[in-house]
Amino acid sequence: MTIRASLARLADMFAYPLRHSHYVELVNPLWTTHALMARVVNVREETADSRTLTLRPGAGWRSHRPGQFVRLGVPIGGQRHTRTYSISSAPDREDGCITVTVKAVPAGRVSERLVRQVRVGEYLPLGEPQGDFVLPESMPVHPLFITGGSGITPIMSMLRNYVQEYEVVPDTVHLHYAPRERDVIFGGELDTLASTQRHYQLFRHYTQDGGARFSAGQLEAACPDWREREVWACGPASLLAAVEAHWQAAGLSHLLHVERFHAPVAANTDQATAGRVLFAGSATEAQSDGVSNLLRIAEDAGLNPKHGCRMGICHGCDTKLVSGCVRDLRNGALIAEPGDTVQVCVCSAVGDVELAL
Amino acid sequence: MPIPSHLTPADIAAFGSEVEAIRNEVMASRGERDARYVRRLLKVHRCLEIGGRLGIYASLALLPQWGHALAGWAFFWPVMVLGVLTLGAAKILENMEIGHNILHAQWDWLRDPEIQSGRWEWDHVCPSDQWKHAHNVKHHTWTNVLGKDADVAGYGLLRLFSGQRWKPFNLGNPLWALLLAVFFEWGIAIQELELGRVIQGRMKWSALRPMWLRTRAKILRQARKDYLLFPLLAGPFFFYVAGANAVANIVRNLWTYLIIFCGHFPMDVHVFTKAEVENETRAHWYVRQLLGSCNIKGGKLFHIMSGNLSHQIEHHLFPDMPSNRYGEVAPRVSALCAQYRLPYNTGSLTRQFGTTLLRIVRMSFPGYSPLLDGPPPKRAPRARSTGDTATPA
Repeated sequence: MTIRASLARLADMFAYPLRHSHYVELVNPLWTTHALMARVVNVREETADSRTLTLRPGAGWRSHRPGQFVRLGVPIGGQRHTRTYSISSAPDREDGCITVTVKAVPAGRVSERLVRQVRVGEYLPLGEPQGDFVLPESMPVHPLFITGGSGITPIMSMLRNYVQEYEVVPDTVHLHYAPRERDVIFGGELDTLASTQRHYQLFRHYTQDGGARFSAGQLEAACPDWREREVWACGPASLLAAVEAHWQAAGLSHLLHVERFHAPVAANTDQATAGRVLFAGSATEAQSDGVSNLLRIAEDAGLNPKHGCRMGICHGCDTKLVSGCVRDLRNGALIAEPGDTVQVCVCSAVGDVELAL
Repeated sequence: MPIPSHLTPADIAAFGSEVEAIRNEVMASRGERDARYVRRLLKVHRCLEIGGRLGIYASLALLPQWGHALAGWAFFWPVMVLGVLTLGAAKILENMEIGHNILHAQWDWLRDPEIQSGRWEWDHVCPSDQWKHAHNVKHHTWTNVLGKDADVAGYGLLRLFSGQRWKPFNLGNPLWALLLAVFFEWGIAIQELELGRVIQGRMKWSALRPMWLRTRAKILRQARKDYLLFPLLAGPFFFYVAGANAVANIVRNLWTYLIIFCGHFPMDVHVFTKAEVENETRAHWYVRQLLGSCNIKGGKLFHIMSGNLSHQIEHHLFPDMPSNRYGEVAPRVSALCAQYRLPYNTGSLTRQFGTTLLRIVRMSFPGYSPLLDGPPPKRAPRARSTGDTATPA
């Protein structure tokens, strides 16, 4: 153990049951080691509905690989909502900051808050960089990028990394789709790259201004050697489906890397919906009628979960929602955010549900 | 004392749904303001903790032996006392308004992994998961049910209600109560171990071992901090700091004891037999929580320093509601009680603790006390009262 780590352990003994880092937090939230935070140091409008946030990550941040994403916590009404965003900056910037570029999703409370309300100086909880949508460590000879809308963000990190690290973008073809010209995120920067980098070919398509969606002919015209290129594609589900189908038909799926955006979909129903309940921690599956409480369902499935009052008072049966949606039987409230606490004794499943239990 | 007979089952159901409506309304309105409150609270606690400990060390620089202008007992003591009281206040805040309430899952909705009931460990010798079982599961579900709720049975040590059988051991009630007050933290840690059952031979030591090991680990960590590491920092003044920390812990013990005993033991509070709570509905449960809890009147600071357990009634009706909301809910609950002609037991600290002390003394002697426990039931509480003089005193 290093001296530093030993000292930290000793300091934690003094701070018990907290950790010394909880006291350090009083001075500067970015110096903590118990939880990673980021300070918003700049906000920049990209288009009418997207914005780039420059974040200064706290101690404990390790640099990302271009193309990776982070989990970002966004407090709304005091409650933390966590979403993942691709990092749009190159790794190891001189100022130590990263950027994420967020597009406001219609009726998306979290993206709306990030695009319209987040102010410089706010602290947001940040996760470690994650994901394997990355370029190989050794530079590939010629990538093909296919992006749609805010799917540009991980690719932007890759392009910026080329410029920052090598000053040269290798032989690259980039097909980018956006509804209209004014919706293109990083439009100016992409144009500059296209005009200054000899080997970077950019093809922009505006699907609402008469441009066509992704098609075989379009690909053939822009990139005749597409069969030999490794592909990184990121964008809306419809674009990715078309791209995947095309490469699969060509038997070249192994060349295709895809990054999807997941938006949790809340069930919007007042009716009881039967479904399957997966108790992930005990690898047990059961059927739910959408009415019975989940504690009962677990017990009927032969499990013996920890519990107490069976009336929602003691929180002895709390577990975490992995996916799906449950209803609080006391007031009908729906709980659909992965990671949320579920009191199984007073909650029923709404459709298919996975619990950590 | 049973549930008041003037209420029909329909009345009780209506009362229950009105209580539920208050809960739903407040829970739906949780937001930014509450999040700010708890975050500020955590900051204040951490600052008080640092301030208190610094105060204790600062007082050492004022010991007469240093011979400088300010050295002398006249300067040492005020600074030392201030440091100890600040540290005590930090521990009170941590145990009550912060720890107790986080462990009730009042702040889980924030989704902040740092303030979750499942992860929080508090500055107390009882491991938080064991305490949650004794408190959230047993005490909050079975509030004031004799034979079920260990708290109401005087933590297994005291006789507090006429419905409890008198034993000669209870003659020591005032002494046991005083000892429990001074070592309250330890009493709570030991309570969950159910040593009584081992001593009576109803449980084996070996069955206790896993829990004891967890408790021991917690005790060692707590003691290492207060009675080894911080005192060592003071070098030759080791015992000054260890003593100061011990006093701060005892200050916390006395205060928590004072507040907690006022929650369920003042005059006119109700207790229940197991038979009375059989097949209880959720609405009945609300009525029982109301009848079994007592509030203490006081100012804003008093409520915060008592972990809002001065709003014991609201806390027992809504154990997972953020505690900063109890104050605004209290007038609505008491209005509801007036409407249904249910008692709402509230009073000054003097009234509530005074009658609690009276209870401790009175119950050290056998017999039924109509003053404290109301008119005796027509039929003596079954089975439990066999050794008791069930006739009115």
